[in-house]
Amino acid sequence: MVLGKYVEAVAAKCKDKEIQKVSQDGGVVSGLLIYALEEGIIEGAVVSKVTDEPWKPQPHIATTRDEILAAAGTKYTMCPNVWMIKEATRQYGIEKLGIVGVPCQIGAVRKMQTYPFGARFVPDKIKLIVGIYCMENFPYSSLETFVSEKMNLSLDIVDKMDIGKGKFWAYTVDETATIPLKETHGYEQSSCKVCNDYTAELADISTGSVGTPDGWSTVLTRTKFGDKLFKEAVEVGMFETKPIEEVKPGLGLLKKLAKQKKERAEKTIEERKKLGLPVP
Amino acid sequence: MSISNKIKKMLGLKSESAEEVKEMKKPKIGYIHLSGCTGCLMSLTENYDLLADLLDMVEIVYGHTLVDVWEMPEMDLALVEGSVCIQDEHSVEELMEAREKADLLCALGSCAMTGGFTRYARGGQQAQPSHESFLPISELVKVDLAIPGCPPSPEIIAKTLTAYIKEDMDYLKPLMDLPKHNELCGCDLQNEVVNKALCCGCGSCAMACQTRAIEMVNGRPEINTNRCIKCGVCYVHCPRTWWPEEQIKSELEL
Ligand SMILES: Cc1cc2nc3c(=O)[nH]c(=O)nc-3n(C[C@H](O)[C@H](O)[C@H](O)COP(=O)(O)OP(=O)(O)OC[C@H]3O[C@@H](n4cnc5c(N)ncnc54)[C@H](O)[C@@H]3O)c2cc1C
Ligand code: SF4
Ligand code: SF4
Ligand code: SF4
Repeated sequence: MVLGKYVEAVAAKCKDKEIQKVSQDGGVVSGLLIYALEEGIIEGAVVSKVTDEPWKPQPHIATTRDEILAAAGTKYTMCPNVWMIKEATRQYGIEKLGIVGVPCQIGAVRKMQTYPFGARFVPDKIKLIVGIYCMENFPYSSLETFVSEKMNLSLDIVDKMDIGKGKFWAYTVDETATIPLKETHGYEQSSCKVCNDYTAELADISTGSVGTPDGWSTVLTRTKFGDKLFKEAVEVGMFETKPIEEVKPGLGLLKKLAKQKKERAEKTIEERKKLGLPVP
Repeated sequence: MSISNKIKKMLGLKSESAEEVKEMKKPKIGYIHLSGCTGCLMSLTENYDLLADLLDMVEIVYGHTLVDVWEMPEMDLALVEGSVCIQDEHSVEELMEAREKADLLCALGSCAMTGGFTRYARGGQQAQPSHESFLPISELVKVDLAIPGCPPSPEIIAKTLTAYIKEDMDYLKPLMDLPKHNELCGCDLQNEVVNKALCCGCGSCAMACQTRAIEMVNGRPEINTNRCIKCGVCYVHCPRTWWPEEQIKSELEL
């Protein structure tokens, strides 16, 4: 099972225009968090938000719709969201917490729930875990290299970055720049090479762009709770959905990429073992 | 096979033959208090709703704060809190006696497992200036399983005891691997994770640190060694030091 266990796979798009305007893809993450917040399922969520430096995210504890919207969109650099979980349950006193993260972060949260050595009264306060697909991540300086050096743009004026169709994209108000994905190779965070989870297999709900057309998201509902929540949100009109079989390129591409990622990890792990290096 | 025998077998120790082992109904548990602060015991009692059930499933046969027993009896499981001061004859003896009388010995809390902040002890204080050397208990005796934390969360104590009672070896296995790590410190993140190209910048270590000694800078943990109490919690929480995939999946039914 290269996509992990899931209940249902669908294509989805948030119907809320305001969310659509700021979201990376179908606005599934922000839409779900906002729905859960408004329904009282969560009181706040850890999201990743850019603060002082352009495109440099920090984990942020969002407790309002506006704060969730302010954090929408993908930042292709590490943002240690797990760091803020304890803070959210202590300083913010949040009893019902949501969190969004890439697969390794979701894994870290699940490990903490399973073996909560130093996490007194934290595990059961995490009510909603939304995972986003992830092939690899980049150190902040790598982003600077792509945008400033290779595209000759200033990070300050970039409105959106994206990876897709074999390219790394940067959008400004009046310009669209790309570099081939090949040129980003060698700039990845190296630990991503041992990572074998592409679709956040341990989240309640996972989502990403691959598999569906622009402006849409591929959604995998995983836990019973996640499945129920997503279906409720569709029911009340938060999302428009289509059967995944009816969209292109569909699950085939997602499976192919997930498999590639797993094979890469396996290979790296074997190489590391030969060198006597530890593996996770 | 009883849980003790299963654990012993996994640790490569000789287990008793089936005839010798009576079916263990209520495990006899002892609590040994060495150089600790009673925080671990308080954490155990913080399992409010669960505590009555938990205590019902076991028999507490020894422990100065818990039962009025002076002679240490035979125990199925001894929970040891605190490190051992080797200038304190009584502590050393008590630890030795516990090892002898307990089928399984568990280091409860970071002081027992890694020495914790007693690693910084260096004597010179009244009323025992010579009490200066405090060691994780595994330096003196064989430790079968460890539960780090300063203190360990009430949840991990409850989960471990429940797993022990239910003979859930899958859950206990990682804890049986921990006693060998008795020199943990925040620096391990740099040495064992970042230096080894394994850090993914998740922030789990900084979340778990109980003294806020870790800050995430550019997606990597930065350790304030002046705040670090060598509890080892960051290391055990890191998803890249060990990864209990099967256990997570079975708990989530994924
Ligand atoms: C490093 C990285 C690599 C990715 N690789 C792929 C891929 O290979 N294939 C694919 O299909 N999708 C990938 N994605 C996911 C994709 O870019 C979108 O994030 C996802 O489709 C959600 O879109 P949305 O419109 O539903 O979310 P939005 O409503 O736009 O919300 C996005 C959410 O993600 C959070 N977020 C943004 N950046 C980060 C970050 N660095 N770390 C943690 N959380 C963050 C935000 O706080 C926000 O809550 C990747 C995302 C990241 C961060
Ligand atoms: S590839 Fe894996 S390790 Fe790297 S950021 Fe994505 S989920 Fe984390
Ligand atoms: S950095 Fe924090 S968690 Fe890690 S050993 Fe030191 S005190 Fe413990
Ligand atoms: S817990 Fe996460 S951030 Fe900390 S060292 Fe491990 S991988 Fe890196």
